[in-house]
Amino acid sequence: MNVALHAVPAVAHPSADAGLLEKITIRNLDFFYGDHRALKGINISLYQGKVTAFIGPSGCGKSTLLRVLNRMYDLYPNQRATGDVRLDNVNILSPSQDLNLLRAKVGMVFQKPTPFPMTIFENIAFGIRLYEKLSKSELEDRVQHALQRAALWDEVKDKLSASGLSLSGGQQQRLCIARTVAVKPEVILFDEPCSALDPISTAKIEELIDELKNDYSITIVTHNMQQAARVSDFTAFMYLGELVEFGETTKIFTTPNDRRTQDYITGRFG
Amino acid sequence: MEKRVSLPIYAKRRRSNAVSKILSYGATAFGLSWLVLILAVLLWKGVGGLSVAVFTQMTPPPGSAGGLLNPIVGSLLMTAIAVAVGTPLGILAGTYMAEYGRHDKLTLVVRFINDILLSAPSIVVGLFVYEIMVARMGHFSGWAGAVSLAVIVVPVVVRTTEDMLVLVPDSLREAAASIGLPRSMMITRIGYRAARAGMVTGVLLAVARISGETAPLLFTSLNNQFWSTNLNAPVASLPVVIFQFALSPYKDWQNLAWTGALIITFAVLALSIVARLLTTRRKTP
Repeated sequence: MNVALHAVPAVAHPSADAGLLEKITIRNLDFFYGDHRALKGINISLYQGKVTAFIGPSGCGKSTLLRVLNRMYDLYPNQRATGDVRLDNVNILSPSQDLNLLRAKVGMVFQKPTPFPMTIFENIAFGIRLYEKLSKSELEDRVQHALQRAALWDEVKDKLSASGLSLSGGQQQRLCIARTVAVKPEVILFDEPCSALDPISTAKIEELIDELKNDYSITIVTHNMQQAARVSDFTAFMYLGELVEFGETTKIFTTPNDRRTQDYITGRFG
Repeated sequence: MEKRVSLPIYAKRRRSNAVSKILSYGATAFGLSWLVLILAVLLWKGVGGLSVAVFTQMTPPPGSAGGLLNPIVGSLLMTAIAVAVGTPLGILAGTYMAEYGRHDKLTLVVRFINDILLSAPSIVVGLFVYEIMVARMGHFSGWAGAVSLAVIVVPVVVRTTEDMLVLVPDSLREAAASIGLPRSMMITRIGYRAARAGMVTGVLLAVARISGETAPLLFTSLNNQFWSTNLNAPVASLPVVIFQFALSPYKDWQNLAWTGALIITFAVLALSIVARLLTTRRKTP
């Protein structure tokens, strides 16, 4: 593979650690909005059953990177990615990659809660029915299970036929997480999932992420460094489209190698 | 308080505020008064003629009693066909423009042409359908009338469908895509659902628009004094009957024209109110 030919930049990769399974491997990833190069030669590995946080100032490319992982950028013209992004050793940037199947495997939770304009039950059942043929009772079980996983069941079990839009912001976001979980993805991408939520809802979502990581590989983009420190096992610091530093969260937040990382986490810029 | 009001710059602002307020109220009153006047005259002249006979009897020869059953049914028939033909076309085109082809050049072209169609004088539409249908078939027909109305429906529905789908936030599309929803289902199950009220309103507005159209029907379905639902033959319609009866010298025909105008106006008014209710309900979830 030509991957080996490229010199891996001076980013400490903890992949040598025993027991870590690479779920997603990114090599030499460039991303372009038209002519603007928004990601520059990204190399990083995301591990099975771990939470990886991406931090960095606005416009550094965190969200862009996230949107490569489920090829969300494909919805828009003039956006393209080059390089190698492997999910279980299959290059998802390949034109032959089926986007719907990819997105069923790599779920995403967005910054703003985006319930579908339908009932709470349908919000969850809709995605399940896409890929599975279930009986009514099986479907109901699955919906209940997903809502339980998202710690929303107790709050909505008596009003499953109410509109998803009738819930509060924090509940809507947990509904979106339930919707994502219900499809049984392998990876879940969180794009600033708490930035529109109050502290109590935020705490709930963080607890949830901590629980979900046993079954999923999780990637979270956040502007909140305390949040990154709280929920993640690994942290990547990005700056101006480059991956500056990547390592175990405790290390990044205590003894970063790069001056820029240190400046950012101590609030000197960004 | 007094001190602030006495500031010259503030006094000036208050004056100009008062003037523009008076002008705005005046303009509103001026516009509304005509509307009220029209409705009042319609009621005044039309209500007297309302009776069961209007809805059960055919248009009479001058000097005898009759109703508006054949033009009412003709209008309903042609409107229904026009909407049945024009709505799917309009929705599909609008969907292409807002979803699949949002960034394509073709969309710009289609939108431009659609805007021209939207503001095209309806008599031109009538002439167009006259050329392609009436002239070739050799006679006026209900089909030609329905087609000319459909030509008016399409651009209205294209426009509202596109506008409403563009209003659906991209975040909702991304959310749909993020669970592996194919594009087609994203549009039909999420996009249409989110835009439904606006799209229905567009169709209702199109119905309101064509139910009063006279010019295109004069060139296409013409008129029919008798009961006929044969769409291969001329078919009566309310607007054309109103046109013909209102210009006639016969008092009873003129009275029927007033009644017909009243029926159309209030039917359209009812449709507009339904459309308005649908859109306002959407805003309060």
